[in-house]
Amino acid sequence: MTSDEHKEGIRGMANPRRYGIERVAYLLMRLSGLGLLAYFVAHIYETSNILRGQVGWDEFLELTQTTEGHIFLTVVIGMCVFHTVNGVRVMLGHGGVGVGKPGRPDYPYDPASQNYRHKIGIYSAIVLAAAAMMYGLAVMFGE
Amino acid sequence: MAQVSSIAEEQTSTPISSSKSITLRIAKYNPKHDESSQFMEFSVPYEKWTTVLEAILEVKKHFDHSIAVRYSCRQATCGSCGMMINGKPKLACFTKISELNSNVITVEPMSNFPIIRDLAVKFEKLFDSHHKIKPYIIRDDSELESDEREFLQSPKEVEQYIQFANCIKCGLCNSACPTMATDSSFVGPQALAQAYRYVADSRDKGKDTRLKIIDESHGIWRCHFAGSCSQVCPKGVDPAMGIQLLRGYLLGFRS
Ligand code: HEM
Ligand code: SF4
Ligand code: FES
Repeated sequence: MTSDEHKEGIRGMANPRRYGIERVAYLLMRLSGLGLLAYFVAHIYETSNILRGQVGWDEFLELTQTTEGHIFLTVVIGMCVFHTVNGVRVMLGHGGVGVGKPGRPDYPYDPASQNYRHKIGIYSAIVLAAAAMMYGLAVMFGE
Repeated sequence: MAQVSSIAEEQTSTPISSSKSITLRIAKYNPKHDESSQFMEFSVPYEKWTTVLEAILEVKKHFDHSIAVRYSCRQATCGSCGMMINGKPKLACFTKISELNSNVITVEPMSNFPIIRDLAVKFEKLFDSHHKIKPYIIRDDSELESDEREFLQSPKEVEQYIQFANCIKCGLCNSACPTMATDSSFVGPQALAQAYRYVADSRDKGKDTRLKIIDESHGIWRCHFAGSCSQVCPKGVDPAMGIQLLRGYLLGFRS
């Protein structure tokens, strides 16, 4: 009972447990979007080190050669792949592609918009992100 | 203030043959003088067919008549009895205790709606948003002349919108929506689905007017296609589908 409007607030919005994989994808999309934005800003700062010349550049790049740096980059890879693949799915959905056709619904009223095509899209985004992360880990730690 | 009571058999109007019972936890809260909501617990016998609404009414009858709950038709038609049942918005009259697979059932007022008292919430904003999208056929010649026939539609034309006409304005979709959870000004899935219902009606000529109404910062663009609205709709309206089809017009995917 936080306010008169009785809104669920951020905790309700970000709770992925109640409404299926689609709500999980919604949350991951938001988190990865914000994560990529943060990475983008950090990336501009990182590359601006070139202004300090070769030494400054090399010094800063060493940060990414640590275990923490590798793990950080692995998360960025995962966010990138998930956000892109799921982003294509969401954009198609937003345009009305693959969301089913209106008809006469029958009990138990399984919603046509929550269909296997979109579920496959979501699971593909997760699997591809995981595969890319594993590949990244193998490259970075396997040297 | 938890209070556990059980219904004595001789008190009930109908003989209870069931040996099964659940614990019903009801949120009690009066915004006028309570700091926060409190749960009252009751042990309620049930049969395979007992609905959550029937259990609440049983408690009202025997233990606490003051519990505020809104209902009317008891058959998923009036849209009055939406509430959070074990954390998800559902119609109390359309939800059987036996299908919840839980010994404890918690009922709370519907999220994203202001509380009047206990389980009853205010619907003003839902109805205002619904009204805002002009939920009626718009055309210049809407008054029939005496010698004219009604506007005919083929079965195929009816199929385009009939699903969305099933909406009973229960508000479950608005309660499940993640945007509604944080944005007080969002028009909401219920109204957007109704905008589609009229836009898709072959008799209607109000498409441009309605698209203009929903094409604003707290309008259709706040939908992220999370789909929770469609998952909780008790009438198969599938608001998420309607909203994406509607957005298709604005994005130029459809005309
Ligand atoms: C090809 C690559 C990309 C695609 C296809 C894509 C697609 C999308 C889509 C469709 C959305 C809207 C999702 C929704 O409605 O819930 C979105 C949100 C967002 N994207 Fe991307 N995006 C891409 C790359 C990026 C990059 C590189 C960044 C960061 C610099 C980024 C940052 C964001 C942010 C911050 C949001 C908003 C998240 C939210 O609040 O829900 N995206 N993206
Ligand atoms: S769209 Fe479904 S959930 Fe939403 S108000 Fe209408 S009937 Fe209720
Ligand atoms: S009492 Fe009418 S919908 Fe439940």
